[in-house]
Amino acid sequence: MFSSFMGWVDARFPATKMWEDHLSKYYAPKNFNFWYYFGSLAMLILVLQIVTGIFLTMHYKPDAALAFASVEYIMRDVNWGWLIRYLHSTGASAFFVVVYLHMFRGIMYGSYKKPRELVWIFGMCIYMALMAEAFMGYLLPWGQTSYWGAQVIINLFGSVPFIGPEIALWIRGDFVVADATLNRFFAFHVIAVPLVLLGLVAAHIIALHEVGSNNPDGVEIKNHKDENGIPLDGIPFHPYYSVKDIVGVVVFLFIFALILFYAPEFGGWFLEKDNFIPADPLKTPEHIVPLWYFTPFYAILRAIPSVAGSAFPGVLAMGAAQVLLFLLPWLDRSPVKSIRYRGPYFRWALVLFIISFLALGYLGTKSSADSTLFINNTVLAQIFTGTYFAFFIFMPFYTKYDKDKAVPERVTSK
Amino acid sequence: MRTLIYVLFIGLMSVISSHLFAASGSIKLEPVKIDLFDKASLQRGATTFVNYCLSCHSASFMRYSRMAKDLGLTEQQVVENLMFASDKIGDTMTIAMRPDDAKKWFGVTPPDLSVISRARGTDWLNTYMRTFYLDADKIMGTNNLVFKDVGMPHVLWKQQGYLENDHGTLTAASKGTDADYNLMVADLINFLAYLGEPSKIQRLALGKWVLLYLFLLFLVVYPMKKAFWKDIH
Repeated sequence: MFSSFMGWVDARFPATKMWEDHLSKYYAPKNFNFWYYFGSLAMLILVLQIVTGIFLTMHYKPDAALAFASVEYIMRDVNWGWLIRYLHSTGASAFFVVVYLHMFRGIMYGSYKKPRELVWIFGMCIYMALMAEAFMGYLLPWGQTSYWGAQVIINLFGSVPFIGPEIALWIRGDFVVADATLNRFFAFHVIAVPLVLLGLVAAHIIALHEVGSNNPDGVEIKNHKDENGIPLDGIPFHPYYSVKDIVGVVVFLFIFALILFYAPEFGGWFLEKDNFIPADPLKTPEHIVPLWYFTPFYAILRAIPSVAGSAFPGVLAMGAAQVLLFLLPWLDRSPVKSIRYRGPYFRWALVLFIISFLALGYLGTKSSADSTLFINNTVLAQIFTGTYFAFFIFMPFYTKYDKDKAVPERVTSK
Repeated sequence: MRTLIYVLFIGLMSVISSHLFAASGSIKLEPVKIDLFDKASLQRGATTFVNYCLSCHSASFMRYSRMAKDLGLTEQQVVENLMFASDKIGDTMTIAMRPDDAKKWFGVTPPDLSVISRARGTDWLNTYMRTFYLDADKIMGTNNLVFKDVGMPHVLWKQQGYLENDHGTLTAASKGTDADYNLMVADLINFLAYLGEPSKIQRLALGKWVLLYLFLLFLVVYPMKKAFWKDIH
């Protein structure tokens, strides 16, 4: 019965073929470790954000006079509204946690290297779209942090020489962040960017399944196949990784629920205190701190001194910090993919890079006039900005002359 | 893998705690215990709130009917004892004072208090309510330690009595009627915490069941993974 039905479908739509190509006969390396959970988790959160987002739009009002109250209406008067809203707000931060870990995995095991350059490029595009999505979504509750955060970021575009003020005006649709801005950000947040995201995720996965997954050893499993053309070190994604990823999902959801039910504000990091004060264009809050996932780049922005009163050099540096990530596949000249078989230069460079990124993230939340461990925050941010960029700029050299180890032919079990 | 999760979580927690330390300003905030399941405390706080706050301040996102349910009161009890500003149990806690008038009288429109506990934090509110002191330079005759030059007068002066500011240390200048003013404020702040997020009661109640469910689910899916993977390696 079922097979004749599938026969009917398959004659008209490649359902079985797609199932096999992407799941039951997609051969993934058998040695995936902890770091390989975050791809499927990112997809889970994407679905979660879309589903909760749909329900939120049923009650949310994209109107400067009504937005703040409509969020509280969701929190109080809509059945389970508080749960849907917290799933969405906690999900936003969880998305970045998972994506950052996923990206770190890629850098650690050289997953961006040939032949996976496009997988990495699509992934970086997803990351960019995700930042736009998060930034525009954060305006919607129309609290003080929403409002002034948007003001600061849009003003960055205003720092472009000559045409900047016009660009900022064009983005806002008004001379200040106002109702027009809220409406267009709503449109982008619920329709435009999610569509782009879905397309990019599809491209990311299609590209990945075309070339096959990398693994912690960074060896190509397709180099050793059995008589049927199946990689010797490969196992079908379904059922092996579907059952394994379910374990990851349950553990993730446990931590997620712990935060959602017991600390949804996460000490002011996921939902900021000032955002419980309705947006007031006449009252600038004392500290305007961007959301935690933007703070590394915000710290780079502030670290670069203004030239002739213009913050444009800082904006350029911030942009360059992202562009360099796109270029990783071509900056890395080592024949070795995985950190397991890399030489000391790359290992230390990566350690410095991670320390720089975390330190910049921390400094981005602090006042640049203050000091940390007796050193001025601006000076610290400049040092770490230097090491951040050095990781990329010197990469062609230290990866080329690194003392890499011998890479095994086949994957290792641990 | 377990160590990694542990390290990540500890890292996150240390970040949070450093954030919390940074948040407190120069004046030490008096901590207050929040217990949304202490209905007697919430009821006392609600009484103080509707009698003393809810004439200048609104709480326009909060419905009386919801409050009745959450505080373990009948709608009849709320209508008779806690509803002075409206006449329908399904109404939200609005006030009659017009914002423009309020601005003329106080210099600033008193903010809506629905989510004030989430904006200011309960410890701040607790300290604020306890640190009004006499200041002849101010129109209202009082000032506040944590909210300098605040437009609000010391509404609960009868209960607390007046305090004098001796270089940052507050001493009693007159005796109040309420023997335990701090308890009265603690109940009020507890109520404000409830007001900020009424659904927190459901959230906390539901949370442990969700966690239990996920734990039980783990006990199923982990052995399932083990079973499937038995022949790999």
